[in-house]
Amino acid sequence: MSRLQVVSGKGGTGKTTVAAALALALATEGKRTLLVEVEGRQGIAQLFETEALPYEERKIAVAPGGGEVYALAIDAERALLDYLQMFYKLGGAGRALKKLGAIDFATTIAPGVRDVLLTGKACEAVRRREKHGGHTYDHVVMDAPPTGRITRFLNVNDEVAGLARIGPIHNQAQAVMRVLKSPETAVHLVTLLEEMPVQETADGIAELREAELPVGRVVVNMVRPHVLDEAAVRAASGDHREAIARTLASAGVTGATRLVEPLLDQAAEHARRVELERAQRAVLDGVGVPSFELPFLGDGADIAGLYRLAKELRRQGVGDA
Amino acid sequence: MTEKATDERGTAPGPDERDTTSDPSGRDTAPGSSGRDTAADSSGPDAEPGSSGLDAVPVLRLDPLIDDLGTRIIVCCGAGGVGKTTTAAALGVRAAERGRRVVVLTIDPARRLAQSMGIDSLDNTPRKVTGIKGSDGGELHAMMLDMKRTFDEIVEAHADPERARAILENPFYQSLSAGFAGTQEYMAMEKLGQLRARDEWDLIVVDTPPSRSALDFLDAPKRLGSFLDGTFIKLLMAPAKVGGRAGMKFLNVGMSMMTGTLGKLLGGQFLKDVQTFVAAMDTMFGGFRTRADATYRLLQAPGTAFLVVATPERDALREAAYFVERLAAEGMPLAGLVLNRVHGSGAARLSAERARAAAENLDEGRIVDQRGGKTGRSGSPTTESEPSDLATAAATPVPEAAPTAEPAQETDVDVRHLTAGLLHLHAERMRVLAREQRTRDRFTALHPEVAVTEVAALPGDVHDLAGLRAIGDRLTTGGRPSA
Repeated sequence: MSRLQVVSGKGGTGKTTVAAALALALATEGKRTLLVEVEGRQGIAQLFETEALPYEERKIAVAPGGGEVYALAIDAERALLDYLQMFYKLGGAGRALKKLGAIDFATTIAPGVRDVLLTGKACEAVRRREKHGGHTYDHVVMDAPPTGRITRFLNVNDEVAGLARIGPIHNQAQAVMRVLKSPETAVHLVTLLEEMPVQETADGIAELREAELPVGRVVVNMVRPHVLDEAAVRAASGDHREAIARTLASAGVTGATRLVEPLLDQAAEHARRVELERAQRAVLDGVGVPSFELPFLGDGADIAGLYRLAKELRRQGVGDA
Repeated sequence: MTEKATDERGTAPGPDERDTTSDPSGRDTAPGSSGRDTAADSSGPDAEPGSSGLDAVPVLRLDPLIDDLGTRIIVCCGAGGVGKTTTAAALGVRAAERGRRVVVLTIDPARRLAQSMGIDSLDNTPRKVTGIKGSDGGELHAMMLDMKRTFDEIVEAHADPERARAILENPFYQSLSAGFAGTQEYMAMEKLGQLRARDEWDLIVVDTPPSRSALDFLDAPKRLGSFLDGTFIKLLMAPAKVGGRAGMKFLNVGMSMMTGTLGKLLGGQFLKDVQTFVAAMDTMFGGFRTRADATYRLLQAPGTAFLVVATPERDALREAAYFVERLAAEGMPLAGLVLNRVHGSGAARLSAERARAAAENLDEGRIVDQRGGKTGRSGSPTTESEPSDLATAAATPVPEAAPTAEPAQETDVDVRHLTAGLLHLHAERMRVLAREQRTRDRFTALHPEVAVTEVAALPGDVHDLAGLRAIGDRLTTGGRPSA
C-alpha cells in the first residue's frame, strides 16, 4: 500500500472515522502509522476520546497485533514557523513577523500558502527517516478536506510553484508535488450509498484523474445489512398478515396484531432503501475504482466501532504486504 | 417563532415513507403517547434512556418565522453533509408558496438539488424558479455563489477601468479570487450584502459554505478587517512612506527584514505581485471593510434568523452546540435547531431486546407451528447462522419471495423467516433510535433553551420541487412529523 494515504469524502460520510480505522488497520505488527488532521477540527481527538491534540506527534493508540498509531493535528502557523526555523534559523524573526501580522497574512489570506504548509508537513512525515535509515512512519494517513475541495487542496503546490517561481517555497512546492503525484500516494474517497455522495465521489474521481493525482479506493461506508429484499416484503404484505401476526405471537411478542402494520412499513422502507443502494452501487461500479466496504455501526463510531472497522479493513486486504 | 410545547413531546417521527396513506391501527398518535414515550413505558433494556425531564424542549415553528414579514434573512448553518442546502431550498420553496418574494443563495449545491429547483446550472445571478404554486404572489429565485465572479464584479464596480484591469490581470489576484482559504466566505458575505441592498426580495435564505471550520463565514469580515487595519498591509502598501518617518524607524528595520525574508521564501516576483496588487486595491480596501462591517451588523439585526442544521449524530450535534455558543457570543439571533434525518418507529413499544429475542426464537426454529390442525414442530432452522445482531445478519442469505404455488409448509417456513427478518430490522431500528435519542439528550442538556424541529429521514434524495415541498412539510410540522 502507498505510504501516504489521503482520505477524503463528502461531509457526513465519516471520513475522519475511516481515516482513523485505516491508520489502525495499517499498523500491523511492528509497524507505525501517523494519522494527521489538517482542518483544525480536533476530530481525531474526539474520536479517540482524548484531549485536544497539540502540534506534536504523539502515540494515540495501539493496534491489534502491536502496531502503533501516532496522531498529529497540523497547524499552519506552527508549520510556517517551523519552516522559517528550519531554512533560516529564524525563530526570533518568526515572532517579529507574527507581531506584524505577516504570519497571519501568510497562513490565512495569502493564496495557497496555508495548504502548501499542511500538505508539506504531511509529506515531510512521509519522507522522514530514523538514524538507522528506516522510515519513521511506515504509513501516513491524512484526514483531508472534503471531496469538493480535495483536488484543489492537493494540487495547490502546482499553483504555488507557478506563483512563486523561485526560492525555497517554489522548491518545497515542487518536492511536495513529486510525492503527491507518485505511487507513494493514494487518495481515497469515502461515500455512502446515497445519490448525492455517490455523485460527488464520481465527480471527485474525475477531477483527481484530470489533475493526475493517484486515485486509491472508494470506501463505501455505513453499509446496512440487507435483511429483507423487496420481493420478500411484497410477499409479506400480501395475504400473510395474519400468519405473521400468529408467528409474532408464537415467538413471544405481545400485542402482535397491532405491530404487523408498522413492522411491514419499516420493512417496505428498508426494501426501498436496498433498491436505492443497489442503483448507487451500480453507479460506483461504473467509475472503475476498486472499493472497500464498511458496515453501519448501530451504536455510532466509538472506539470499539473504530477497532471493528479496522478489523474489517484488514479482512479486505489493508495491511497485507 | 418558538413556543413551549404544551404537552409532552411526541417525538416519534414515524417511518420514513414519503406518502402516508392512512394511519394504520396500532400506531398511536395521541399526544403524549406516541412512539418514544411508549417505548419508555415498556422499559425494555434497549428502550430509550428515559430522560423525560429533558424532553420538554421548546418546539421550533418555522411557518410563523417565514410568514413574518419582519424576517428578512434566514441563515442555515451547520456541519458538512447535514442537509443545509436542502433545508435552505425547501424553506425557500415553502416561503414563496406562502406569498414571500424569496431568493435562495446557495454556496455549493449538489447538481441534483439545483435541478430539483428546475435549474440545470445555477450561476451568480438569481434565476426565477418556475412551478411555484400559491396565489399570494410569492416568487422564488435561486442562485449559486460564484466567488471569482463576485470578486471581479466588486473590482469592476469600485475601480476605474484601467485600475480594474491591472487588478484583474494580477497573478496574485487571480489565485486569491479563484478560491483559496477564506475567499468563499468573504464573497458569501459580500453577495448577501448585495442581495439585501437590491431590495428586490423580502426574504433571503442563505446557505453557508462547507468550511474548514463551519464558522469561518462569521470570522471572515473580522479577519479581513484586522488584516486591512494591520501593520503588515500598511508596510506592504507604502514602505517608503513608513520608512520616512523618524518614529517608525524600528518598523523600517522590521520591514526590510520582512521583505527580505518573504522575498527569499516566496521569490521576489511573487512579493512584487502582492505589492502591486495591494497598491492597486488600495482605494478599494476601505469599501471592503465598510461593507463587511455592514453585513456583520445585518446578521445581528432583528430581521435575521439563524437556523443551525444538524443530524442526530455525535459530530454534527457537537458542531451545532459550538454554533449555538458562537452565535450567542456574537449576538446573532438564533431561531433554533433543525434536526434532519431523524428516525422513528410506529412499533416503538416493542423494544429492541424483545424484538431480538423473539427473532432468535424464530431463527432457531424453536417455535411450534401455530397453524390450526398441524401440530408438528417445523423441523430445521431457517438459517444456518444465528445472528446475534443485525450486523452479523448481513452474512445470512437474503430470503427469496414466497413462491405462490409452494406447499403450505414451505410458505410457513417463509413466513417465519420473514417475521424474523421484520423483528431483526425492528431491533436495529430501535437501536438507532436509542442512539439518536442519547446524542440529542446530550445536546439538550447543554442547550435546553434551543427550540428544535425534527425532520424524519427520507429514504431517497430530493429530485424536484415536490420533494422540496415534502421536506418543507416535514420541517414545519413543529417537531412532530406526522408520518
